[in-house]
Amino acid sequence: MNTIVAIASAPGMGAIALIRVSGEDAVRIVGRIVLRTSPGSGVRGPGSEERSPGSREKGPGSEVQGPESGERGPQSPVPSPLSPLPPWRVQFSYIVDGDRVLDEVLLTYFKAPRSYTGEDLIEISCHGSEYIQQEILHLLIRNGARMASPGEFTQRAFLNGKLDLSQAEAVSDLIASSSKASHQLAMDQMRGGFSGEINDLRSRLLDLVSLVELELDFAEEDVEFADRSQLSGIVEEISEKVDSLTRSFHLGNVLKNGVPVAIVGETNVGKSTLLNALLKEDRAIVSEIPGTTRDTIEDTIQIEGILFRFIDTAGLRHTEDSIETIGIERSYQQMEKARVIILVTDPTAPEEESLEWVKAVTKRIRDDQSLIVVVNKGDLVEGPGSGVRGPQSRVQSPQSDVRGPGSDSRLILSAKDGVGLVELEEVLLNFVTLRSFEDHDVIVTNARHYDALVRVQESVVRVRGGLETGLSGDFLSQDIREILHFLGEITGEISTDEILGNIFGKFCIGK
Amino acid sequence: MNKDYDVIVVGAGHAGCEAAASAANLGSRVLLITMDMNKIAQMSCNPAMGGIAKGQIVREIDALGGYSGLVTDRSMLQFRMLNKSKGPAMWSPRAQCDRTIFSLNWRERLEKTPNLDFWQDTVKEIIVENDKVIGVKTKLGIIIKSKTVILTNGTFLNGLMHIGKVQIKGGRASEPGVSGLSQQLFGLGFTTGRMKTGTPPRLDGRSIDFEKLQEQKGDEDVVPFSYLNESVDMKKGLSCYIAHTSQEVHDILKTGFDDSPMFDGTIKSVGPRYCPSIESKLITFADKTQHQLFAEPEGWDTVEYYLNGFSSSLAWEVQLEALRKIVGFEKVIAFRPGYAIEYDYFDPMQLYHSMETKLVKNLYFAGQINGTTGYEEAGAQGIIAGINAHLKINEKEEFVLNRDQAYIGVLIDDLVTKGVDEPYRMFTSRAEYRILLRQDNADERLSALSNNLGLAGDDRMKILDYKTGKKGKLVEYFAKRSVKPQEINDSLSTWGTSPIKQTIKLKDIIARPQVKLRSLVPVLEDLEILLSDIEIRESEIVEAAEIEMKYHGYIEREKAMAEKITRLEELKIPEWINYHELKSLTYEAREKLSKVKPSNIAQASRIPGVSPADVNVLLIKLGR
Repeated sequence: MNTIVAIASAPGMGAIALIRVSGEDAVRIVGRIVLRTSPGSGVRGPGSEERSPGSREKGPGSEVQGPESGERGPQSPVPSPLSPLPPWRVQFSYIVDGDRVLDEVLLTYFKAPRSYTGEDLIEISCHGSEYIQQEILHLLIRNGARMASPGEFTQRAFLNGKLDLSQAEAVSDLIASSSKASHQLAMDQMRGGFSGEINDLRSRLLDLVSLVELELDFAEEDVEFADRSQLSGIVEEISEKVDSLTRSFHLGNVLKNGVPVAIVGETNVGKSTLLNALLKEDRAIVSEIPGTTRDTIEDTIQIEGILFRFIDTAGLRHTEDSIETIGIERSYQQMEKARVIILVTDPTAPEEESLEWVKAVTKRIRDDQSLIVVVNKGDLVEGPGSGVRGPQSRVQSPQSDVRGPGSDSRLILSAKDGVGLVELEEVLLNFVTLRSFEDHDVIVTNARHYDALVRVQESVVRVRGGLETGLSGDFLSQDIREILHFLGEITGEISTDEILGNIFGKFCIGK
Repeated sequence: MNKDYDVIVVGAGHAGCEAAASAANLGSRVLLITMDMNKIAQMSCNPAMGGIAKGQIVREIDALGGYSGLVTDRSMLQFRMLNKSKGPAMWSPRAQCDRTIFSLNWRERLEKTPNLDFWQDTVKEIIVENDKVIGVKTKLGIIIKSKTVILTNGTFLNGLMHIGKVQIKGGRASEPGVSGLSQQLFGLGFTTGRMKTGTPPRLDGRSIDFEKLQEQKGDEDVVPFSYLNESVDMKKGLSCYIAHTSQEVHDILKTGFDDSPMFDGTIKSVGPRYCPSIESKLITFADKTQHQLFAEPEGWDTVEYYLNGFSSSLAWEVQLEALRKIVGFEKVIAFRPGYAIEYDYFDPMQLYHSMETKLVKNLYFAGQINGTTGYEEAGAQGIIAGINAHLKINEKEEFVLNRDQAYIGVLIDDLVTKGVDEPYRMFTSRAEYRILLRQDNADERLSALSNNLGLAGDDRMKILDYKTGKKGKLVEYFAKRSVKPQEINDSLSTWGTSPIKQTIKLKDIIARPQVKLRSLVPVLEDLEILLSDIEIRESEIVEAAEIEMKYHGYIEREKAMAEKITRLEELKIPEWINYHELKSLTYEAREKLSKVKPSNIAQASRIPGVSPADVNVLLIKLGR
């Protein structure tokens, strides 16, 4: 396979950037563009391992800091063949393009197969300027490397047996994870938590299929066959497990992509102000004119490591303005996508009006959604003694405030002054953490796994139906095998030998 | 005997006989070498053919043009269709046979087969030149040349029998084993191993009190194994008898454990888990206070009984003492003791699907030498080896059955892909597509394939064509015929199924589990006329049509699954691929793939130790 190169650090300018080169020619290609001694010292090549007196280079493995300036070495430095480049050590080097010294860098050589990709891999830490990054990249490409396509490093890691399929998938999730929770999920996945769950499911299935097969292949044997209620019991167990796993996908997805929170309310109750306060920046256009927000605006914040995706919506009101009507419709649509809905009300508005909206919104809340009613503009209500009681007094401790799906909590805050925001964040957090994590030890995040599990579910339904109608075991087994097949798509194959082994281990066969 | 043959078959057991017959019937000049012309196709163990999954194999061998089904039909003394209460894929014919007639009938058929010679001798050596077998050398010192050699040595290679502390060299009770050949093959680079199997004592029926045993009769309705036979000429069948061990019996057996070769380390090789000796059962299932035994008759004109379930290698005195504590066997006299036998087998992963060895060209292995057990499994390998030896000589493409085509395909693919770690017996659960692999349709699955090779005869095809034609007519009738509620509702309620509200197609009625095709006949006059048009094999045809219609949904689903896999079967892996260079494969996968050399991606995916990730690597390597 040819040698690939890519910038591994995030795009844009940072103090340092990382360029990765992987493939069998990595050492040779990098060797052509680096000089491991001072360009002026004249010591180069393999011999540079030996520290030459006068060279300012430090020995291998030292926390290298190179010469203070990169502007030196006009005496036509010749690139050194980098062999032997000691693996797994940080090396100070110069990147040179012909006579020109491009940058001072740190090289780390991961020798195959003990590298991320399983191939020879070199990481070049260069200075973070976009120009330097691009120049080095082009230099490497001119010397025989090829630009990596997206995910190619991980693909090679997979192909070289460094990662299994679900681990490889987890790596991409890990890279993309933008919050503590999604990071946690990806890490769990990578460590095989999901496989453990699937294996547990498989062993239950194996029991089931063994019992079914027993009466097929060993009908003549003197063994006790499982009755149908026993089989049904196992199917129920399996069914629950699969249901729980498939359900967790929605949650997993939510955690991966952020918990969608819709902020709804009448026009001009300060939804956008609330959003801005949460985001701590002026994201939405805020004005005194009702109906300023005509488009839904999305942004994300992290609270305690959980990502929330906020959806600000146009105000809810009856209007003749056609644009506004579309906006309201869209608000309702956005609400449907959300898991948590924050309904903002205005304490200064007529009470009946607020109640009307609360009712209207509550009607649209699904079982799997949660509603938080926020009384905004606490600052406009009279004195601390009367209207605005501290949020603490109205909002009980978040723990007790969090109830099952469809429940709501209510709190008073002032988005403008930032009063009560911390409490709102706490409530939000608890909606997610308590309701989600405790139900599921393992959360399915991968669409491929989810698809397989849905297929499993379909087959489970057929097995259950078959048991109810007294279907013969050979037909039941067709569906059970299908389940095993789909689970196999997630983890690995099951062979019939396993079934037979299970039977021989548990029943006395051999008349 | 001549000095030059196309095919030499070594061994005249079930594998050897089918191999010799198929190669000879295809037109090859065949020599069958056996130690003892009087022991052709011996039933060394159980005097029965068929059973669950095995019955299907016999039907398949027959559909291909083999003799096992015909011989069974001629020699059976009891017939049962097992698993009749299950779905049709599970129906499995089984016959108790007269051991002597079985053997004689085989010999008679082989003697009538053209191009087939016999030679009574022992092959000591195969002659190999340039990695290719060119003949054999016998104990009598005779060298016989041949283009191909099929080894079917059974348990005779370095066979060692155990009865308690007593050890006897040999291949079967009172028959010598073969030494030398294994060592030669080992020297040629073949991986060999030892396996163990056992057989129970044979009892004198005159000493059994049958009154105290539970009688197990055969079916009234006897279904022939061979598609060529419409019925079986069998007078009233014989019965088997069920007996039970007891705690007392177990206690006596345990007194022999100290001297048992199974437990004192003498026998190191692996026996089959599904056919354990009685002593193994006592150890593995210590909490069971009794085990079921079957006394099976050995023939019409003999008092000998085979005691199924009592396989043992304990000292004879212990066996007999324990037997006499069994109700019904109080005064039992035996003809011979049970014993265990250890023998050499060769790792079948060294074979191609054609049964040809990868190491020596034109050399084929079939039967127990490959680590299998069972007459049916042996015969299946034999017929495939015989066919392929003939095809090889004639430079034709090899004949391989897929897993969705036959149990024989499952058997051979399992052997060459997964190898064996205990004597391999077929089970229906080994087949992914067992709803397709039924005993009623082996002819439809296989006969045309074999006819194309020139093995299954035109007489067979004529019967098959008639059957499929009439079956097609029936299926078509059910698909087109509409029934009105008033026509059928009375009957439907009698059969315990809900009435129909509007006119529907008959095929939707037959799909109901409560509705039998036969019971529709008195209701529908045109159906009766249609059936009366079937002149031969009416019951066979009606059954086939009914199965096809009733289980249509399941059959179609399985076909769809099989097609998916077939696509992977079509992704061939070139022979030159060097797995050791594919560093992306796990080390284990590289080893296994190099050993098995799978011919396609589907086979590769079935190799234990080759993970789905490894398969992906192969797919990428092959540019998919």
